[in-house]
Amino acid sequence: MARLVVLGGGVAGHTTATFAAKWLGSQHEVVVVTPNSKWNWIPSNIWVGVGQMTKEEVTFDLAPVYAKAGITFHQAKAVSINPEGSDSSEKPFVTIEYTEEGKAGETEVVEYDYLVNATGPKLNFDATPGLGDGNGQMGDNTVSVCTADHAVHASHKLAEAIEKMKGGTRQKFLIGTGHGMCTCQGAAFEYIFNIENELRKSGVRDMADIKWISNESFLGDFGMGGLHMKVGGYVVSSKLFAESLYAERSIDWLIGAHTSKVENGKVEYELLDGSKGEEEFDFAMLIPPFAGVGLKAYDKAGEDITGTVFAPNGFMKVDADYTAKPYAEWKASDWPRTYQNPTYSNMFAAGIAFAPPHLISKPMKSPNGTPINPTPPRTGMPSGIIGKAVAHSVCDLMTKGENAHLHEASMAEMGAACVASAGKGVFTGTAAAMTVYPVVPDFEKYPGTGRDTDYTFGEIGLAGHWIKHILHFLFIYKAKLNPGWTLIPE
Amino acid sequence: MKEEELNFEKEQFSLTMIPGKFARSMRTCVIWQFIRFVIINVKMIIVVGKSH
Repeated sequence: MARLVVLGGGVAGHTTATFAAKWLGSQHEVVVVTPNSKWNWIPSNIWVGVGQMTKEEVTFDLAPVYAKAGITFHQAKAVSINPEGSDSSEKPFVTIEYTEEGKAGETEVVEYDYLVNATGPKLNFDATPGLGDGNGQMGDNTVSVCTADHAVHASHKLAEAIEKMKGGTRQKFLIGTGHGMCTCQGAAFEYIFNIENELRKSGVRDMADIKWISNESFLGDFGMGGLHMKVGGYVVSSKLFAESLYAERSIDWLIGAHTSKVENGKVEYELLDGSKGEEEFDFAMLIPPFAGVGLKAYDKAGEDITGTVFAPNGFMKVDADYTAKPYAEWKASDWPRTYQNPTYSNMFAAGIAFAPPHLISKPMKSPNGTPINPTPPRTGMPSGIIGKAVAHSVCDLMTKGENAHLHEASMAEMGAACVASAGKGVFTGTAAAMTVYPVVPDFEKYPGTGRDTDYTFGEIGLAGHWIKHILHFLFIYKAKLNPGWTLIPE
Repeated sequence: MKEEELNFEKEQFSLTMIPGKFARSMRTCVIWQFIRFVIINVKMIIVVGKSH
């Protein structure tokens, strides 16, 4: 019997573990190590953040699901990896530290035959002074929708702001990114429109000033260098699409901005032209930058090999082309296909945990040398597809031997669907439904826009709302491994 | 002044496009949106299929 250890229980890790458990049966063991007791459908955190859903509606307990699937579950965080074993262990292992009540702080060694790193990101609030609390957690100056608990907190703050406006006090809302190297603009994009919709519903829109602040060099970059999409028979830039959405709702924007400091009610920023400024706010939701979770790696002798296994940003190196080269020479083929670690063939990384070869957006710096550009997004759909491909590869390696064919899932050959709602009603509100194919542009295959414009499209309407509702229930149903879950695509 | 023309008063929005009454009404027209719902779903399923 061989053992697969999956680090992380988010979209990528959960997909990997559940498919591996199904395909391997009782012949092999699947172990999940994740610090969270609950699974979270993160896209719906937006609705929690405006008080339209509860935490319970977007989360569920992992333990009974893993028990049903025959997966061994450790509620713990991985601390380090010993891919060669150690003096006292011939087998590779991970050192974990429990987070569950009653065992918190206890450490344990878990040996593995195959390891999948799907830890997701560390929410690096402390990268911006005042955005974090100095201990790695979110500070008191802003709110976030990155976790269900953060979103609940945000909804309370929003309710307080609405009460103030009803009492006659004007409020300034600032939504966007909290650092020049953030990703996940899409979440903030969706949140700002839900805030605007919520204020309109509450009858206080005229008492609110809403502003977008982002590290994108143009509205609609989304960390993908923007996209050209079919809209109403035209092929248009996402810049036009996004600007129209903001203008229609009278939302100002500040782009190319590196948020350099956050204080109570004020942010300081630097723009791409090198100028600096300040923006005051009463309510701010600023997405933090992402980093690897800080896993260490050691060789058999106990020497630190973290730099061999992980990129400087903490994400795990995989089969990407990490050669430094100028933007003009970036190619779709730079992106990984199998997500196998180049040094240790029994290690893989899936979802946000893998190190991208470079940005997708054009790299930019202010004249002061401050990098201000979005980092590559790895949203739910790519994470799920990568997780399933990695599960397939590992299962084949375990059952057919180490020469088994590895399955591939390049982000330059896969699409992504994004539904940015503005409200939650079935017959009211609208959503921007977008698909992009492929996520990473391939200018050799699609000269001009880098993408297939038949399948890169966007439109605004109720239909997007319905799709967002369906995705919410469908993916929670799937993640709970209810009957027919394998029929629902990632 | 028509609703869609109001925001053009702000300089930042003056070079954008803002939907008019007809475009806005189609966004919430249940019959039209049901048709779009079917079309978007078919396209998304194709994208999902091409991605696996």
